[in-house]
Amino acid sequence: MRSVAAPWRDRDAREAIGIKVVVCVKEVPDASAPKRLDPQTFRLDRSVAGALNDFDTHALEEGLQLREKDAGGEVVALLMGPERAADSLRKALAIGADRALHVSDEALAGSDLVATSKALAKAIEREGADLVLFGQQAGDSDGAVLWAAVADRLRLPVVSQAASLDVADGKVRVKRQTEYGYDVIEAPVPCVVAVSDAINEPRYPSLKGIMGAKKKPQETVSLAELGLSGEEAGDAGSRTEVYSLSDPPSRGASERIEDDGGTAAEKIVEYLSSHKLI
Amino acid sequence: MSILVYVEDHEGEAVKGSLGVLAKAAKLEDGVAAVLLGSGVEGLAEAVGRHGAARVLVADDPALEAPLPQPRVDVLAKLVESEGFDTVLFGGSVLAADIAAGLAARLDAGLNWDLVDLELRDGKLVGKRPALGDSVIADVGWTSEPRLALIRSGTFEPVESGGSAEVTRIPAEVQDFSKQAVMVERAHEESQGPSIEDADVIVAGGRGLGQPENFSLVEDLAKALGGAVAATRAVVDAGWYPYSTQVGQTGRTVSPKLYIACGISGAIQHKVGMQGSGTIVAINKDPNAPIFEYSDLAVVGDVHEIVPKLTALVKEKRGS
Amino acid sequence: MSSRPSDFPPPFDAAEFVAEPSDPPDERIEVGVLVVGGGPAGLSAAIRVNQLLEERPAIRDRLGEIPVAVVEKGKAPGAHLLSGAVVNPRAFRQLFPGMHTEDMPFRSKVEREGLYYLTAKRSLRLPAPPTMWNHGNYVASISEIGAWLGKQAEEGGATIVPETAARKLLVSGGRVVGIRTGDRGRGRDGEELPNFEPGSDIAARVTILAEGTQGHLTGVALDRFAMQSRPQVWALGVKEVWEVPRPLHRVIHTMGWPLRGPRKFREFGGSFIYPLGENMVALGMVVGLDYADASLSVHDLLQELKGHPFVRGILAGGKRVAWGAKTIPEGGFLALPDRFHFPGGMIAGDGAGLVNVPALKGIHYAMRSGMLAAETAVEALAPGRTAWEPGALESYDRALKESYVWKDLERVRNMRPAFQYGFTRGAMVAGLAVSTLGKLPPHDLELEADASVPVFVGERERTYPPPDGALFFDKLSSVYLSGNKTRDDAPSHLRVDHKVRREVAEAWVRMCPAQVYEIGGEASPAGNVVNVEVTPSNCVQCGAITAKGGRLTPPEGGDGPEYRLM
Repeated sequence: MRSVAAPWRDRDAREAIGIKVVVCVKEVPDASAPKRLDPQTFRLDRSVAGALNDFDTHALEEGLQLREKDAGGEVVALLMGPERAADSLRKALAIGADRALHVSDEALAGSDLVATSKALAKAIEREGADLVLFGQQAGDSDGAVLWAAVADRLRLPVVSQAASLDVADGKVRVKRQTEYGYDVIEAPVPCVVAVSDAINEPRYPSLKGIMGAKKKPQETVSLAELGLSGEEAGDAGSRTEVYSLSDPPSRGASERIEDDGGTAAEKIVEYLSSHKLI
Repeated sequence: MSILVYVEDHEGEAVKGSLGVLAKAAKLEDGVAAVLLGSGVEGLAEAVGRHGAARVLVADDPALEAPLPQPRVDVLAKLVESEGFDTVLFGGSVLAADIAAGLAARLDAGLNWDLVDLELRDGKLVGKRPALGDSVIADVGWTSEPRLALIRSGTFEPVESGGSAEVTRIPAEVQDFSKQAVMVERAHEESQGPSIEDADVIVAGGRGLGQPENFSLVEDLAKALGGAVAATRAVVDAGWYPYSTQVGQTGRTVSPKLYIACGISGAIQHKVGMQGSGTIVAINKDPNAPIFEYSDLAVVGDVHEIVPKLTALVKEKRGS
Repeated sequence: MSSRPSDFPPPFDAAEFVAEPSDPPDERIEVGVLVVGGGPAGLSAAIRVNQLLEERPAIRDRLGEIPVAVVEKGKAPGAHLLSGAVVNPRAFRQLFPGMHTEDMPFRSKVEREGLYYLTAKRSLRLPAPPTMWNHGNYVASISEIGAWLGKQAEEGGATIVPETAARKLLVSGGRVVGIRTGDRGRGRDGEELPNFEPGSDIAARVTILAEGTQGHLTGVALDRFAMQSRPQVWALGVKEVWEVPRPLHRVIHTMGWPLRGPRKFREFGGSFIYPLGENMVALGMVVGLDYADASLSVHDLLQELKGHPFVRGILAGGKRVAWGAKTIPEGGFLALPDRFHFPGGMIAGDGAGLVNVPALKGIHYAMRSGMLAAETAVEALAPGRTAWEPGALESYDRALKESYVWKDLERVRNMRPAFQYGFTRGAMVAGLAVSTLGKLPPHDLELEADASVPVFVGERERTYPPPDGALFFDKLSSVYLSGNKTRDDAPSHLRVDHKVRREVAEAWVRMCPAQVYEIGGEASPAGNVVNVEVTPSNCVQCGAITAKGGRLTPPEGGDGPEYRLM
């Protein structure tokens, strides 16, 4: 990390203090609510109340388990989003995070991968961490692959698709799930890891957790406090845009077959062949 | 436009998804370049040339031996800057996604992902990205160069156009921090068939099968097609099949090339888990089953009779 | 063999949900005033308690770190609330004196209204009875009201605890000393899953049950403390919200078609169509659950209603954006509990039956009763007193009886019961009651429990319109639209007898707006007893099953619909 050496960076001191995990979480429109795209901006209509991204709960759970193994560790939930998203941060605290950090600034609205990764990297740098965790995929597919961009900005090693994660001797050991099976990858701490939803079963918040959440420390940080200008955020800081929305091409007329005299199976095979599916 | 296509390799071959993207790029523009990054990959350049690349740039170096993203970001960043490519295309994969995003940060370049099509409109490159569970398509673009794009896996088919490419070796300069992640064990194929999320073919069973024993019909067909078995919530609820195979709102979302639904009525809770599938074939004896409203091939008939016959014919055809 | 749903009682015993506190003292959570239910009654109680504690610091000091907590089973306050609604702002003005009406969570003022009698093809305008006059009232969405009141309550100092089901009443020494929350993370057969989180005891000095219609602990308390000697009756409302191009400028109620007048059908109810802002319309079908025809499906009657030219015109060019269902207690004055308080607690809102059916009002009564419960609670916690002394909470009952809540309900007490005798007779009795301000008829009519009505299988489904995805919708896609998220592999929260007479099973299948019940097959050689199969994950917790022979208990906290516009 580029930041000034903080006490935790000293290995001995860190062992005494315990692992510090920053979990990047996101609020997305609730999975089961019908989602709408804002007809003006074509971005996800976030005026409806949202929920903590399901995938991020796995990252949070992993952070909590690591903290539990390492007495004295700390889990910080970091969220970039509008004011309203503070509810999701509160949920992260209820589930067990120790502190919450909310990057919130009007100028950030409409940020794409480039702008979002920049702001998150600055926030993480300012905060300091041994391990930065992300959930595998944002349910609203607006945040895919954020981790690799953030890691590059922080000049930290990144491992994604973690189906298991161990931390020992200043290193992480990750079982990464790819199309071809599992790789095992090691990287020194500090590093960035994106965890898949196969890695754990997220815990429910305990009642004590829910009721104690609002007493836990929550900090809100603006762009200026991160040392970023308006040009580096939102639309100005983004490098992609959405032009318009359309309905997906209809599947086309569906072909209908009746099983007359047992010929359906043959007709199916014909169909599949002609469509090069077998 | 000056297009560069990242061609991923695996076990001595160029990955099909990358070659598909290369074919598309070659249609958009002449003189497309492709890049191979690995160790012992120079031999693949010829095949890449045959699949549409006019130039193939190769960084063949032990530092690139393991399929890790960050060293590749280093090499690509240098390459894009020095050669002035304005467009870099990736076939979507676990590795490619990490590379593309790292590159976007490195170059402060726009990245649009999960694209299912690319087109040129008035000289501008426009991508098509499904959103909201594939229920809407967004036309997306870039406001600066270089433009980075991740294409949804399996969107384009490779085309062997013949032809040969000019091959150039490029240096592999990897930064220190990029070397810190180390591969300790390489992936080996898992023996039990594809997981439903990765499968190209899925055969799914629903309550219309009648009894848990009849799931063997689905399994046999899946095996014959080399695909995975999935189940609806109703049958998982009834204990016929495990939760890990459940497709739908409260299960997994899949988008295989071929989805064969056996005895599934297809209420919306199921639909949202598989509506992105390439081709949907539904077999159900109820002619009014909702699934027929969104399948490509609607087969009205008895699954118990049709599926075993289908399995036998498929085996014949595939010669297994 | 009977075809009375009540002859097939569910495997439910209220005693299962009463327990002594069991958590060790250091794990127990202690609060001052515990409110169960984050709806208008509960949140008004929470807000009022905090207002009073501001003035009574000595009492506040006694209540510990969490003076007021509101436990809500939905994702957030509002998520499980559903109503028409046309709101009388009176209680809002009492709770927030000095607040401008524009700052209250209403959508629009009622300008014009109309009451129509429908036949299959036509509509006949009727003069609206005085009980239904809505001048000075506002159209609102109760889920929006719930969310708004939730924020007010939090700002006032209440601790809102969402996604938490109140499963058991903690009773010790004959008094309610709090609640136990539900476990989370159990599997289908009750086994503990890897992320199992047991419920916790919440100890409270006063417990206010404001759970709304078919409240779980409310039912348990009414039973445990023998507080309900007369039966309650319910109606089921199924509602949709539509985006429409042409604004609607009046509040509409309909009677008649598609409901049938003859007494043997016992079909009481009607529809409402309200403007929700400039570009949306809320419409719903409400039918008393004492109907006799097992083929009656309120959801499908709503679909049928939309096909009527009168309604089609209102929805023309529009798009459905929300759907939901919930029961309403309809017994009114004659179904109120014998008392509203029990040792250690009180019951407020719809859970106490405080709904004025002829006027279709309940929200302001819920809020008012919540406020009165709050006032009693705070008084009972003055230094030197506890809520468990004999008579400590009696002042609540007295306050209710002196309030407009009581007076309004008494005046219209016979109107709903009269309709048990069919539409014509009911209308006559209702007319009599209205014109004499409730003095006539002088006696109280008797109410019959919904589940006691024998059911027969008619042929109503012949006229239900097939779903077309544009105007008419099936139940499953509607459940999806409600935002229902109920874990699939959780234990079933619905208690029913699984082997019942065919007519009863058919009634449940049609009744349930979420398609939870299915007939699984025959269970007797003659085929007149069938197996009932249940898909609990579809359940939107409307409560209809409890009215008609089964029993709804709360599923895991957080499960269920997520209403935003209801």
